[in-house]
Amino acid sequence: MRPLTEEETRVMFEKIAKYIGENLQLLVDRPDGTYCFRLHNDRVYYVSEKMLKLAANISRDKLVSLGTCFGKFTKTHKFRLHITALDYLAPYAKYKVWIKPGAEQSFLYGNHVLKSGLGRITESTSQYQGVVVYSMADIPLEIL
Amino acid sequence: MEGPSVEELLAKAEQDEAEKLQRITVSKELELEFDLGNLLASDRNPPTALRQAGPVPEAELRALARDNTQLLINQLWQLPTERVEEALVARLPEPTTRLPREKPVPKPRPLTRWQQFARLKGIHPKKKTNLVWDEVSGQWRRRWGYKRARDDTTEWLIEVPDGADPLEDQFAKRIQAKKERVAKNELNRLRNLARAHKTQLPSTAGMHPTGHQSKEELGRAMQVAKVSTASVGRFQERLPKEKAPRGSGKKRKFQPLFGDFAAEKKNQLELLRIMNSKKSKLDVTRATNKQMREEDQEEAAKKRKMSQKGKRRGGWQGTGGKRKGGPPSQGGKRKGGLGGKKQSRPPGLGSKRKAGQHQGGKRRK
Repeated sequence: MRPLTEEETRVMFEKIAKYIGENLQLLVDRPDGTYCFRLHNDRVYYVSEKMLKLAANISRDKLVSLGTCFGKFTKTHKFRLHITALDYLAPYAKYKVWIKPGAEQSFLYGNHVLKSGLGRITESTSQYQGVVVYSMADIPLEIL
Repeated sequence: MEGPSVEELLAKAEQDEAEKLQRITVSKELELEFDLGNLLASDRNPPTALRQAGPVPEAELRALARDNTQLLINQLWQLPTERVEEALVARLPEPTTRLPREKPVPKPRPLTRWQQFARLKGIHPKKKTNLVWDEVSGQWRRRWGYKRARDDTTEWLIEVPDGADPLEDQFAKRIQAKKERVAKNELNRLRNLARAHKTQLPSTAGMHPTGHQSKEELGRAMQVAKVSTASVGRFQERLPKEKAPRGSGKKRKFQPLFGDFAAEKKNQLELLRIMNSKKSKLDVTRATNKQMREEDQEEAAKKRKMSQKGKRRGGWQGTGGKRKGGPPSQGGKRKGGLGGKKQSRPPGLGSKRKAGQHQGGKRRK
């Protein structure tokens, strides 16, 4: 387990900023406690300071996970964001897409969403923008 | 119209000559001080022109510079000249002004081990003579170096000493001893250097052959030996099945696990700030698409007007297809827009064109 290097932090922030933009600094600098990013076995975990201190007592090979896994670095050092980061990204998402209840189940099983299944979408979303998908009941479903 | 007459031309030439002569002689209150060795002329005249408040006009500065340079060159012309490879050259005298140091004063180096010892014991270097009398050759020879006085490398006979092994090669022994002395001297020199620069010599732990070295130690020693060539091991042959050594580069250093959280946070926020500042506020593709949409609408509106006018006059003065290369719109939105335009033009052209035509058709009906 180790902190991220400058390069790794930059790559990760660039990825996350695609979804939440400048709200990223709210993740970094939280009023309710110091949270930090730590790398363990190529995965990035977002963990509070207290939890980190406890996790430091576990040996490397026995430590499976700590805090929330945001994503992992691939073999070629690209950052892949995981679904486990959804809880932290959803409140700060800039561009949101809502899906109608009919298309929601289909979407969750992996199918594409047709235009008719699209409920609402934040205005001025450009093509290929990173979005967070919600159901009509405002439950975050997916990061796309 | 006639050009200037001959008399006028001659008068002008005379005037120019007089001016030139005037220019060579410059009058100053105080004479300048010259240091021709450095090509330096110091003007101690009070600078009335420069004392005025506000910026000094260019012309006055230029005139001052010209006058002083003229005086300096007059002085140079008075120096003794000589000819060097078909060029006439003035021989400059020795410079009189002392220039300040170019580089800072060298720091005193720490004493070597011997110097410390000598200082402690109060040993001073003895003055030695350059030449020594050599009995063998019967002449004065230098103390060391080429054709020195006592050169034991040229000896062709060495007596085997009493306690030594009779089969030992004394000549080889002598050469070996010399090598060891040289190596020891070199080692001491490097140690002194390391002490002077406050660094450490690379450790030679495990490099001294003891006969009881482990496999890892031997492997390490072998790697070091491979790399200790002039080409840093690039052209060393390997055994047939030996694998290439993995990059034994520097081990990466990471921040400690619980370092200073505040500092970490500060660095990350700084990184974010830089990232945000680098992002351009103008979304180029959106801007160019918007621009293109506006243009298309303008064109469509114009065409409709033209078609209406044409119908009234009973003639179809069609504008034909879209006028390509229409007036390039101005404005800051064109920044890098040309590149974006090329990309998004073709699909836009097809769809928007058709839509416009249909609408126009419907309206007409």
